[in-house]
Amino acid sequence: MPYDPEQEPYVALRTKALESLLIEKGLLSAEAVDERISEYERDIGPLKGARVVARAWVEPDFKARLLQHGAAIAELGLTGGDNLVVVENTPDEHHLVVCTLCSCYPWMVLGLPPTWYKSFAYRSRAVIEPRAVLHEFGLDLDEGVAVHVHDSSAEVRYMVLPERPPGTEELTEVELAALVTRDAMIGVAKVAGPVHQGVAPV
Amino acid sequence: MNGVHDMGGMHGFGPIVREVNEPLFHADWEARLWAIDRIVLQQGYFTIDAHRYGIERMEPAHYLRASYYERWLASFEYNLIHEGILTDDELRARIEFLRRHPDSATRQDAIPAPPAPREHPQSPPPAPRFAVGDSVVARNIHPVGHTRLPRYARGKHGTIHRLHGSHIFPDTNAHGLGENPQPLYIVRFEARELWGDSAGPREAVYLDLWDSYLEPARS
Repeated sequence: MPYDPEQEPYVALRTKALESLLIEKGLLSAEAVDERISEYERDIGPLKGARVVARAWVEPDFKARLLQHGAAIAELGLTGGDNLVVVENTPDEHHLVVCTLCSCYPWMVLGLPPTWYKSFAYRSRAVIEPRAVLHEFGLDLDEGVAVHVHDSSAEVRYMVLPERPPGTEELTEVELAALVTRDAMIGVAKVAGPVHQGVAPV
Repeated sequence: MNGVHDMGGMHGFGPIVREVNEPLFHADWEARLWAIDRIVLQQGYFTIDAHRYGIERMEPAHYLRASYYERWLASFEYNLIHEGILTDDELRARIEFLRRHPDSATRQDAIPAPPAPREHPQSPPPAPRFAVGDSVVARNIHPVGHTRLPRYARGKHGTIHRLHGSHIFPDTNAHGLGENPQPLYIVRFEARELWGDSAGPREAVYLDLWDSYLEPARS
């Protein structure tokens, strides 16, 4: 559902009332709330996932450990991998992540989900017509490519390891990480190769 | 519960609308609510499963009308009241007070200790009944409380794809009836088993399902 600014005044007031009562009752402080928000804005986001992907592309042994158990992200200093499952896209197999029941998403590597991931359209359609959903994202897979949809119904979280694009053999791990997009790690896009002639990717 | 939240396979929600350069939050209240909710959950005043159930039990038309964080807000209010942390009257009075005095500061009176974790007699998690490759059927159950077995999979045949250790059972944990961990499996369902012949032959859906959601398939 799109964000409706007309709803804001009353929900904002209700939130303020809750915060005020909870501070009064000693469950939290306004500073703790501020700190939690800035921590998230600072530290978390799809950059973490992109580092994981780039490492997996350059280190086959790491990739094997990662696909075996998401806890391997600890090797990059990342926490929360105990319930992470990483699934690998190949020329023959394409993985896509959804949560039909709510909005489960691998926060530990991708941060908070975009609104479309939480939308009723994506939640309802990804499991029943994944190829039509991918087409809307501009991704048309050959009929021969198997599509695997992961509906996150428990506390297991899924991240897609996208295919390494061709023409990236010379790139460093840091340069590779800069190519990896959030959408590719959800499985609704592929990673595009480097853009030449100094044109930055959008 | 057979709620409107259980959306897998529903029609009619239209195309997927994407926002360009989406901010992390769309309004300050969303960020504050998100952070408050995280802090209170971490302190153990209620569980993530109760949080989800609080959203599912919203009146269906309200669920569909509300923004994402308004659904969080509805659940948060419900759970805080349900746990006795605040009362409905107290909340209404504070909303009314802040409407009239938007700039009033909040007093901090006392700092109570966080609640002790609830003690429930726990038996050790049962051993997994299934192994990778086993054929299973998702049970055709319709519990009125919280469950994580989506309607679209009930009664359908699948295959155990991976074992995932023991996990807290949301169907009891959401209702304060104990964690009761059970083996969790990744179960693969062929798309044609779920959706019939209109589904592609090379498509599959994987669900994370608890042991008691499953029965052995009769061959």
